[in-house]
Amino acid sequence: MGIKWDEFFITGDPLILGSQIAILLTMIGAVAGITYLKKWNYLWTEWLTTVDHKKIGIMYIISAVLMFFRGGMDGLLMKAQTARPEMEFLNSQHYNEIFTTHGVIMILFMAMPFLIGLMNVVIPLQIGARDVAFPQLNALSFWLFFSGAMLFNISFVIGGSPDAGWTSYFPLAGKEFSPGIGNNFYAVALQIAGIGTLMTGINFIVTILKMRTKGMTLMKMPMFTWTTFVTSILIVAAFPIFTVALALMTFDRLYGTHFFTVSGGGMDMLWANLFWLWGHPEVYIVALPAFGIFSEVIATFSRKSLFGYKSMVFSILGIALLSMVVWVHHFYTMGSGPAVNSFFSITTMAIAIPTGVKMFNWLFTMRKGRIKITSAMLWALAFVPCFVIGGVTGVMLAMGAADYQYHNTLFLVAHFHYVLIPGVVFAVFAGLYYWWPKMFGFMLNERLGKWHFWLFVIGFNVTFMPMFFLGLNGAVRRAYTYSAESGFAPLFMLSAIGSIVLAAGFAVFCYNIYWSIRYADRNISSDPWDARTLEWSTASPVQFYNFAKLPEVKSLDPFWHMKKKNEGLTLYDSEIEEIHMPSNSWLPIYMGVIFGIAGFLLVFEWHIGSAVAAIGIFAGLIIRSFDYNEGFHVKKDEIHRIENAWRKTEGEVHDHVS
Amino acid sequence: MEHHQSKSFPISHVIGFVVSLLLTFAAAGIALYTNLSFKVIMWIIGSLAVVQAGMQLFMFMHLREGEDGKTNLVNMIYAVFMVIVIVVGSIWVLTSGHAAH
Ligand code: HEM
Ligand SMILES: [Cu+2]
Repeated sequence: MGIKWDEFFITGDPLILGSQIAILLTMIGAVAGITYLKKWNYLWTEWLTTVDHKKIGIMYIISAVLMFFRGGMDGLLMKAQTARPEMEFLNSQHYNEIFTTHGVIMILFMAMPFLIGLMNVVIPLQIGARDVAFPQLNALSFWLFFSGAMLFNISFVIGGSPDAGWTSYFPLAGKEFSPGIGNNFYAVALQIAGIGTLMTGINFIVTILKMRTKGMTLMKMPMFTWTTFVTSILIVAAFPIFTVALALMTFDRLYGTHFFTVSGGGMDMLWANLFWLWGHPEVYIVALPAFGIFSEVIATFSRKSLFGYKSMVFSILGIALLSMVVWVHHFYTMGSGPAVNSFFSITTMAIAIPTGVKMFNWLFTMRKGRIKITSAMLWALAFVPCFVIGGVTGVMLAMGAADYQYHNTLFLVAHFHYVLIPGVVFAVFAGLYYWWPKMFGFMLNERLGKWHFWLFVIGFNVTFMPMFFLGLNGAVRRAYTYSAESGFAPLFMLSAIGSIVLAAGFAVFCYNIYWSIRYADRNISSDPWDARTLEWSTASPVQFYNFAKLPEVKSLDPFWHMKKKNEGLTLYDSEIEEIHMPSNSWLPIYMGVIFGIAGFLLVFEWHIGSAVAAIGIFAGLIIRSFDYNEGFHVKKDEIHRIENAWRKTEGEVHDHVS
Repeated sequence: MEHHQSKSFPISHVIGFVVSLLLTFAAAGIALYTNLSFKVIMWIIGSLAVVQAGMQLFMFMHLREGEDGKTNLVNMIYAVFMVIVIVVGSIWVLTSGHAAH
């Protein structure tokens, strides 16, 4: 395990040299900027050590937006490379690395943290709680995710990127065929981030089961809370499978075991099997909360309560159950025989049923509603037809026999982008426009929001629609180029142009954030959308203790009824009591850093260094076991002052009587 | 968060941990250092795994302390379902058709 210093930094590629310089300059710039503005202390006490679910959520969302940028750049590079036949922009190795990092980053470091971020901000508020069940564990989840994401991201400048696809199938991903350390990054970084996700799952199950406010029975929970609950159960069911699979992969690559390597009597398809046992539920882990977001947005802007609440809940449960028993549809062509393929074809197609129920519920919610077309609502409206295209092509792929034709073509790539982009990206955009005022106390600009929407949705369709036809004509996925004779050129060109429009949409989104931070109106009420659920029954931005007095729930859409009956909107001085809150802690970020260091050394197979760093992990665990910090109490005066400040403003539905 | 019940020594956790280690080393030893047939080894280490899982449920997972039996029942049914899906499902998928060869 000699250290190969000459291979430490990746050299010799102008694109990568450019990124290395850019990263270095950004880092110097950030450190210098924070020092100049004397913000280190603020950063440390308000953000890095925080255990406040709202701030943790915002940090998740910021990371996700950055990762979207990185993953999107990867996507654009691939589109540029295939824009014309036999282009020499990226070589085949570089293309392999880019689709691998693109896939991993988009799913694990963009979709997951974006949704988990929104869950963090919204769920405790929706159920009328003051924080999640385990605030410090929540911070630890974030820092482990962040640590894993950063470790994965440095791979392209230090050490080399993984290049065996986001699925990293054996035997290709084994030491034999991928001798470099690139795939170690995959095994280790995803392990660290995965531990964080697993803890998030546990945290939210307990939070939703145990911390609901008075009167909120399970069947009175908002739909986003329901989907988060079921997603958390899926996380706890599925992520341990990935944890085990990654651990076995790590052993195979680092310590010479043969779980998946054929040469030593291992079973390569066992990896594919375990990967998809996790991977398919994972798709629903990101889709379900997204469905929840659409449910909230559609109900609010149709000004009606959600149609078919019960059938919604049962279809979520049905989807979750079925999603555990469909995994083989990702490798029908492995040849498991007709009984297996038929079974999994049927279960896969069955998922269309509860999904269809949800679609109709959303449509019926809008029927005869007084629909307000806001940016958030536009995303929900566009979701319906786009996702149906993704779903219908999914049913086509679900037929085991037919899949032999579609398998490994761009038809599949188009299909899953039609599921993931409307199903996740549209949803997080909708959620961001909708909950932004709750997080920051001002709105995102609606005009820019509409530019963002139209450019993104048109760009998305122009990018991915041609890929269906390319795939049917035989264009394979993960191929860095094609010949002029193939006749693929025009559609590839069209798709590349689409991706530029899509990128322009994303640019408008970033500009919108900048514009709104600088110029948006700060004098908005705490309930700017005339919404229905409890998160709108407190200040915007939300005060650190969430609720001065915990709300009481009597029905679905509780806040809507509070407003209609003018109940519980006024806070009387006599109702104010001291509030017990958890204290900040440096341990979570410490654990993130130390996991990152140990992981980095492990990637480079510097085993001794890694073992030494791991002592730091145990030290952290021990310190935590002896930590008896009981948190602190917020005094009545302070609550009085904070509540007065936001309740006594014009246009505010809430009041405060002394 | 409000208060911790007892700061007494977590003896059952320590016993559970030690027994887990013993069972794991026993499995490794049988697999690596005995001349039993493949089938016998699989049965023995499979049984040891079940024993260990059961023991951990009692030692670590507070199975006896649950407030209500219903929650525990739901959890157990769910766990059994997951085990069947993952273990039986994988064996079925990986040993039928061409995949078997
Ligand atoms: C934003 C615009 C996007 C563009 C332009 C884009 C483009 C692409 C392209 C060109 C490929 C590779 C096709 C090939 O096999 O040669 C790809 C693969 C992939 N994309 Fe995207 N994509 C985008 C967004 C997303 C999002 C939002 C997700 C997930 C949430 C995602 C997940 C994936 C995955 C999992 C793969 C497969 C990687 C692999 O083959 O290992 N993409 N994408
Ligand atoms: Cu799937």
